[in-house]
Amino acid sequence: MAYAMQGALQQAVAAELQNPAGFAAPKRLNHLKTLEAESIYILREAVAEFARPVMLYSIGKDSSVMLRLAQKAFFPGKIPFPLLHVDTSYKFPEMIEFRDSYTREIGAELIVHKNQEALDQGANPFALGTQKCCGLLKTKSLLDALNEGGYDAAFGGARRDEEKSRAKERIYSFRDPLGQWDPKNQRPELWNIFNSRLNKGESIRVFPLSNWTELDIWLYIQTENIPIVPLYFAREREVVVRGASIVPIYSQNDLLPGEKSQRISCRMRSLGCMPCTGAIRSEADTLPKIIRELLGFKRSERENRVIDHDEEGSMELKKREGYF
Amino acid sequence: MSLHSANEHQDGFSTLVDHHLHKDMLRFTTAGSVDDGKSTLIGRLLHDSKSVYEDQLASVSKSRVNRSSGPIDFSLLTDGLRAEREQGITIDVAYRYFETPRRKFIIADTPGHEQYTRNMATGASTADLAVILIDATRGVLAQTRRHAYISSLLGIRNIVAAINKMDLLEYREDVFRRLYDDFLALAGQLNLSNVVGIPISALEGGNLVNPTGRMPWYHGPTLLEHLETVPVRAEVHQEAMRFPVQYVVRPDADFRGFAGRVASGTIRPGDAVMALPSQQMTRVRSIVTYDEAAAEAFSPMSVTLTLEDEIDLSRGDMLVTPENPPTVASRIDAMVVWFDAEPLAVGRTYLIKHSVRTSRAKAGAIEYRVNMNTLEQEPARELKMNDIAAVQFEIAKPLFFDPYERNRTTGSFILIDPLTNATVGAAIIRAALPAESSHETDWKTPVSAGEKHLRHGHEPALVLVESRPLLAQYLDRALFAQGFEVALVSGEDVPAGRLADLLPLSQSAGLVLIYSTGAISAEQKRALRLDAVRTFDLTALNLPEDDQGAVSTAVAALQSLRIAEGPADAGEVN
Repeated sequence: MAYAMQGALQQAVAAELQNPAGFAAPKRLNHLKTLEAESIYILREAVAEFARPVMLYSIGKDSSVMLRLAQKAFFPGKIPFPLLHVDTSYKFPEMIEFRDSYTREIGAELIVHKNQEALDQGANPFALGTQKCCGLLKTKSLLDALNEGGYDAAFGGARRDEEKSRAKERIYSFRDPLGQWDPKNQRPELWNIFNSRLNKGESIRVFPLSNWTELDIWLYIQTENIPIVPLYFAREREVVVRGASIVPIYSQNDLLPGEKSQRISCRMRSLGCMPCTGAIRSEADTLPKIIRELLGFKRSERENRVIDHDEEGSMELKKREGYF
Repeated sequence: MSLHSANEHQDGFSTLVDHHLHKDMLRFTTAGSVDDGKSTLIGRLLHDSKSVYEDQLASVSKSRVNRSSGPIDFSLLTDGLRAEREQGITIDVAYRYFETPRRKFIIADTPGHEQYTRNMATGASTADLAVILIDATRGVLAQTRRHAYISSLLGIRNIVAAINKMDLLEYREDVFRRLYDDFLALAGQLNLSNVVGIPISALEGGNLVNPTGRMPWYHGPTLLEHLETVPVRAEVHQEAMRFPVQYVVRPDADFRGFAGRVASGTIRPGDAVMALPSQQMTRVRSIVTYDEAAAEAFSPMSVTLTLEDEIDLSRGDMLVTPENPPTVASRIDAMVVWFDAEPLAVGRTYLIKHSVRTSRAKAGAIEYRVNMNTLEQEPARELKMNDIAAVQFEIAKPLFFDPYERNRTTGSFILIDPLTNATVGAAIIRAALPAESSHETDWKTPVSAGEKHLRHGHEPALVLVESRPLLAQYLDRALFAQGFEVALVSGEDVPAGRLADLLPLSQSAGLVLIYSTGAISAEQKRALRLDAVRTFDLTALNLPEDDQGAVSTAVAALQSLRIAEGPADAGEVN
């Protein structure tokens, strides 16, 4: 990290020296600092105007960045809202471990919500199919948690470069009392002025990372030294190769009849639920290696996410129903 | 991703990071009429600059829909909503991100349909450059004029006139010349500078990323070359310092910091600053950030300031440089783009959000509306969806602002409907208007009823509500929200027989008096001699049973009380 910033510093000093006397230096924030400043502005604006904001914390790399931005926005104060994790109970054990230790370390208030009723009835993606499973364990669970907490604003780490329907979403995304998104009737969003006015029961999803790209996220994690779940780093893992997917195995019970596990050097490019998130073959065990690998990728980061590909437009449908 | 093609050394990771961090960013918007080929153009730019992943391209290739004549419909890469793919149009602003070894780009892809003009304005509000597509087979259309006008209004300094579909006209130079000249004439009318014309074929990719051999007569840059090299908008560090206070950080009794984003100028510890609206003076003690105390802060940094003195300062206030403060005024003149199906009504009160401050504002006279076909100014009594007009506003709390061309942040605001909460318009501030002169010059002249009516924007009237006290209360709220001066009087407080004593007062004050009473007979009504004042007898209006329906019917009837302002409309007043 240090050497990267040193380079930036040298450039800034050089620019300062080259500047003829009598003129103010043509200052420019670097690209990541510009994104950071915008995100902090959005976080502060929402906290100032909403009665009960909450941050959706998914434990992934984007959530890690969003959390750091929240620390920065309210420094030296604490993060003035709770974090909400919608736990499907199908998350990787490393994720839960990271969630508990990291939120404790930074002193954030964490709320964990599960759709216990659906889980008790045995909801799982194999029996229900991924769409219905997501509907019950993520969307419904999320809407219930937001209702129970009476939250009028929820921060989410979604980026517009992730998926086609997300590219259409506002930074302040208005939701009706059922949490639904109406893409044809979004509030115009001009300049950096956000309309936070709500009637009873309505809410806003706020996306401070809207303008970040996957590469920006990784470079920021690198330059800011932000802790992330170890699953993002490559190492030899016990996995089973299932069709085109590489699925980590935690016990022999995870294997389907006739399957055999093997050890492959792999990592996660994005994190979701265990049954629906595949690993990629990789040797990238450091941030610089991950970033280099990213620059060579020919396929998108959500490719290993089953839920986006159920049918064309499936993310839009989920969002209309209230999914993040 | 095409970053890997940047000339970095195998081991130069820090060089790579540096290179990425210090790339310029260009935000541009694309505009054009329906079917001008915007989405195809962007899909092509992304594809030919190698910014599309294989799986994304594969999902487009296997799509059921293909409206292009080639194997891949590039517009499907950007049209992300189901309705868009099915109807083959772009509905909402889509933001696209791509980069080349030279620059990073954010594209706001905006729709061409007139009903989505608001989205065009949304995309343009943050853009440094606009690509305006002109279909070579159709020429400059009303939508082209609208888009050029919005680009000019929102201060976009660089315009590309992309003359598309050259493939359909045999790549003829005379076609390009004629259309480019047409556009330059339009640009001249709008004071748009830095206009560049590029002949392209989005469908075949000609002159987007790579030059085409089909137009040997064209020697200019391809679209991407131009986007990579056009000078990016100058930052506003040299401008006067403006720091809108967003949030007060107060973790304990010892620390009181003012969080915000620098809108313009530079702030250093020790600088003298003035707080608005209090006009109290103090100095900056420190610039606090999570990383370290900063030696200076400039736009667009988000920081937290501590001050030398305990002064009155909270969210919505502004710290400014005392040498060069903004204009402070409560009557202003602004150009408005109207978004809502419900028209902007003169005399109605709206909420405005200016920077981080929300206040009430009453729409005063509409000075003129811009005719999008002729770009001429014409009179108007109200603004319909997509209208652009010069409107006067009277703001409840004085506004601190700079003209939009000097400062986008302090020179713009949005309009919010206080009832529906919808964002109904966007405005850029042109200038302060003088405080109403009659107060200062004619202090001996008695105030006439007519002057009061003019200021309220409506004539006085009596509204008679029988046996529906809740309806009276709802109506009071609805009229108040629309900017009417209302008084609600109950028959329990003032018996019907005494109403006559009250009327001269409400008439001379110019009020709409809602009189809520039990049922009264026709004979009693006659005794009230209501013919002396303008009366709305709601019983005679046959209102719907439900209160909501009844309120909207009554409010609609009362619109006839409004006074159109301005000499241009004088002939139309009933």
